[in-house]
Amino acid sequence: MRLTAKRLAVTLAACVVACAAVAMLAPLVGVTLEHRLEILPPSAFDPASPLHELVAVRLPRVLAALLLGAALSGAGCALQALLRNPLAEPFTLGISSGSSLAAVLAIQLGLAGWGVNAAALVGAIGTLVIVARLARVGRQLPPATLVLAGVTISMVCSSISVMIQCTADFADGNRILSWMVGGFDSARIADVQLVAIPIGVALLGLIASARSLDALAAGPELAASLGVAVGRTQAIVFGLASLLVGLAVAVAGPIGFVGLVVPHAMRAVVGPDHRVLLPASMLGGGALLVTCDTLARTVLPTHLPAGAVTAVLGGLFFLGILVARKRKASL
Amino acid sequence: MLCIVWLELAEVDVELGGRAVVRGASAQVAAGELVVIVGPNGAGKTTLLRALAGLVAPAAGTVRAFGNDPARAPRRVVAKDLAYLPQHVELAFPFAVEEVVLLGRYAHQRGLGLASAADLEAARTAMRACDVEHVASRPFDELSGGEARRALLAQAMCQGARSLLLDEPTAGLDPAHARAVFEMVRARCDAGNAAVIVTHDLDLALRHGGAMWLVAGGRIAARGAPADVLGSAATRAAFDLEIHVGALPSGARFAVPA
Repeated sequence: MRLTAKRLAVTLAACVVACAAVAMLAPLVGVTLEHRLEILPPSAFDPASPLHELVAVRLPRVLAALLLGAALSGAGCALQALLRNPLAEPFTLGISSGSSLAAVLAIQLGLAGWGVNAAALVGAIGTLVIVARLARVGRQLPPATLVLAGVTISMVCSSISVMIQCTADFADGNRILSWMVGGFDSARIADVQLVAIPIGVALLGLIASARSLDALAAGPELAASLGVAVGRTQAIVFGLASLLVGLAVAVAGPIGFVGLVVPHAMRAVVGPDHRVLLPASMLGGGALLVTCDTLARTVLPTHLPAGAVTAVLGGLFFLGILVARKRKASL
Repeated sequence: MLCIVWLELAEVDVELGGRAVVRGASAQVAAGELVVIVGPNGAGKTTLLRALAGLVAPAAGTVRAFGNDPARAPRRVVAKDLAYLPQHVELAFPFAVEEVVLLGRYAHQRGLGLASAADLEAARTAMRACDVEHVASRPFDELSGGEARRALLAQAMCQGARSLLLDEPTAGLDPAHARAVFEMVRARCDAGNAAVIVTHDLDLALRHGGAMWLVAGGRIAARGAPADVLGSAATRAAFDLEIHVGALPSGARFAVPA
């Protein structure tokens, strides 16, 4: 089905409504009914009030999950198009492992607070540079070498992180763990304010590359002959995607599989055209991560990291793909 | 006859992975010309075509297309002059045929590239010419080999370029569709466009080609009228096979291995 302005508008409007509904309902989950009926009296800002939790604790984490879900999912969708591989995602490229390792090293060096977040961001971008340099052939980034370099760097970084965690003392070990499985237990409104604008700009930049990504689906050679500046598009999209993932890891630690599951599911619903698929994935990613985080803090008496919930989801998703492909192959 | 040279190769060497694939190629394609390139597998035909399209930069020599070096000029500029059909294309995602064809309009679009009325008209005309209109809404990856070939040809046709570079456009096509492709390109060239076609369809190359280049061992080993090139000693040596050029009672010519 061809993309028209009308279909684009209708699809995105539906996604916005669904995403907004999830985001507005999520903070209310876990609050008793009488609290829900009050509309934020001044007492809500009093730490003693039960509503304080809603405004000061849940709202920031819902906003953070919304923003980071969009960032991870948009980055995943763009990387899948760039690598021409529907199973690629930020975490197969080593960006998250490198980012975690940088945060873990920062903790070992005695840094605290923003220092660790900044280290995570630097780690993400540093890993990207190393992976891209390893993978580069001439002026292009072939998918095969990129994934190979990403997996290699990812394994090296993860194993170093584990070694450091094993030798760390108990308190540091716990802090390190939170940088190996991400979540929103410590999300602050200041974090959201800090990353909202760069994430928004990067997401718009990806959407602006949507048509070039469509052409790249046919391979770099045909895309070039259609008029796409292949090398430049690869550099821009790869750079924006890493920035998004770096910001996400810096705020919440590594949260896997959102960037894989959402674009895949959205492609089945809205089709492969990136002009509609990219924004739909961003909205869907926000909604999914908010849902996962809400589950993470409500299903068990203790809070789970959202990254653990998304990892379970990712595992089930891969299993589903495996079963579906086997069935298709046996027909 | 006034002859405007659109595409030009001058002493072009192309290396792939350190191996010389094309050596000392010099040739010209003028407006209105239909050049067919024949030669054995691995002779360098595709690489020569890619050098013309600016998709591989020569190690030595110069390539000019409409006054530009196609390997250095902005791709959007090159794409308005040159449309290229590669030998193999695999789509990473399940786009519908019409969407694939509309991607041919990329160079003419800005921003999100929502199709304009002119884009839709160009795509429809191209799909009709390549006989893929009836599969327009089917997923591209579910087409048969020949249908997929024609859909990609439609994409190249709707690019609106003055020059077509086609790598084995008739591979996998039934005889009627193969002939229709050559007739369509012939008609475009008669209307003033130019085309370079790499093909193993010697019969169609003989009937529709204006000039023929025989590529063997990375060099242009012979060139001239198709009947002369096919009957030449160079062709016999390149294929290790004698090609017999004859005429049917109707007057139509044919080429078969003797």
